Amino acid sequence: MTRRTRALVWGVVGVLAVAALWELYKFAGPAEGLIVGAVAGEPGSGVMILPRTHDRAMPHIWEMFARLGQSASGGATPPLIVPVITAALTTLGIAAAGWAIGVVVGAALGLVMQRWRLAEWGMLPWIVLSQTVPLIAFAPVISSIGTQIDRSGTPWPQWFSVAIIASYLAFFPVAIGALQGLRSPERAHVDLMRSYAAGYWPTLVRLRLPAAVPYLLPALRLAAANAVLGAVVAEVSIGMRGGIGRMLIQLAGQASSDPAAPWGPTFGAIALGLIAAGSIAIMGLGLSNYRRGEATA
Amino acid sequence: MTLRQAHEPDRQTAAADTATAVRATGVGKTFPTKAGEVVALTAVDLTVAAGEFVSLIGPSGCGKSTLLRLIADLDAASTGTLEIFGKPAPRARIDQDYGIAFQQAGLLPWRTVAANISLPLELHRVARDERRDRVSELAELVGLADFVDRYPDQLSGGMQQRVAIARALAARPRLLLMDEPFGALDEMTREYLQSELVRIAAETGAAVVFVTHSIPEAVFLSDRVVVMSPRPGRITTVVPTSLGVRDEALRESPAYFERVTAVREALHGAPRTRADER
Repeated sequence: MTRRTRALVWGVVGVLAVAALWELYKFAGPAEGLIVGAVAGEPGSGVMILPRTHDRAMPHIWEMFARLGQSASGGATPPLIVPVITAALTTLGIAAAGWAIGVVVGAALGLVMQRWRLAEWGMLPWIVLSQTVPLIAFAPVISSIGTQIDRSGTPWPQWFSVAIIASYLAFFPVAIGALQGLRSPERAHVDLMRSYAAGYWPTLVRLRLPAAVPYLLPALRLAAANAVLGAVVAEVSIGMRGGIGRMLIQLAGQASSDPAAPWGPTFGAIALGLIAAGSIAIMGLGLSNYRRGEATA
Repeated sequence: MTLRQAHEPDRQTAAADTATAVRATGVGKTFPTKAGEVVALTAVDLTVAAGEFVSLIGPSGCGKSTLLRLIADLDAASTGTLEIFGKPAPRARIDQDYGIAFQQAGLLPWRTVAANISLPLELHRVARDERRDRVSELAELVGLADFVDRYPDQLSGGMQQRVAIARALAARPRLLLMDEPFGALDEMTREYLQSELVRIAAETGAAVVFVTHSIPEAVFLSDRVVVMSPRPGRITTVVPTSLGVRDEALRESPAYFERVTAVREALHGAPRTRADER
């Protein structure tokens, strides 16, 4: 068995293990869950230490998938999978825009910080600090700034606010990865470029950028996953319609009557993350020569 | 006194200067450290003629690599003047008057052998056709014509070092600077590459300044062996070898062993000197 097929097999085993665990607990766990310290006659008291397993709380996995094929909201509406795919594509587009903004900003920050030590000292702490601001707090601010700009005449669609918020999560790994990668060439290589009287730009193009590829690829993949996450959370927190985040919240609200439904957009969101990360992996295939250093160094 | 001022009066003798590859006069280098200034090199006077092969040898910390870096203008000298073919060192670097090779081959892992050799040519905007011709010529010279499409990770250490030598020669420099290029190789590869280097130096007519830890290597390769000592780094003795033809027979000859002994004594100091130190 080659490394690749082995990785694939274990990946499948991992997914199946989670599914098996779900079904096992649903089968063996108490239907009404386990609550300790409940006071008789006082609903909602006590602490639940084991979740409920009845069908309304934990639908079977096959029900989740079957639900995707059934009509979305009764009557003649198309099967659930259709609006899930539409919403997922909407979010994917916004996340891609956020990713692109994040990559440009992150790469620019990385370049500036590598070029000037002073810039690194001044900017790096802020870049790290920026990621500690909760997205939920930050999203409405962007949204209201967007609305103000929109009102003052420059069109600022709502999806653009979502993209900006997604880029806020995406730029961070790129900035860090770019800085690390651009700084990765060995002393001997830098000396060599100096001996060729190569200035900043030739050194950047022929040495620093190629050397940064092994650092940038994981950073870009992380940025893609972050952009999807950011877009989903941002949709929810600023209440944008049409995306997968909004759909998830909406269907989760109806879960007591239609427990399998919210799993549709959940799978959609998972697929989004995989597609986003997978696209970067495909991008990386063409750059495999730049990763040769990894094995030897 | 700046390098430029030192250089000005020599204008008339510029033609004569091209016969001198390296001329160091009173060269010193101090590095600032937290514990104060460290003198890495002091009062170095050294002349290397065009086409001459000179080795720098000495224990760690004697400043031999520092001297090489100063000649290459990778660091600036703190005192004294340094001229490469009659030019200040920075000018010589910009004019690509020298090629350099380090202990680690320092090949770019994402480039093939051919692309690594042509890197300096690309940087100096040599036309594509001319680059291709030059690369195959150099690959032939270092015996790697069949390996030009390989990547560095597919080559042995000795082959990588040969690529590094080819790369150093790409711009046809008249001076080759080498910092322990064979230091990381096994003894057999090392002896083989020494013979190769002698041949290549002779074919190209380039002067070579060669830093090494190995006494036999220095003697086998060089016209002159410059012996250095540490604290502070300085030149103590220069041993001319005058051995004539470098071939495998030379390694067995009494004259060779005599020179090896001479360098060893210069390096470790005669027994008398050691007694004085005690």
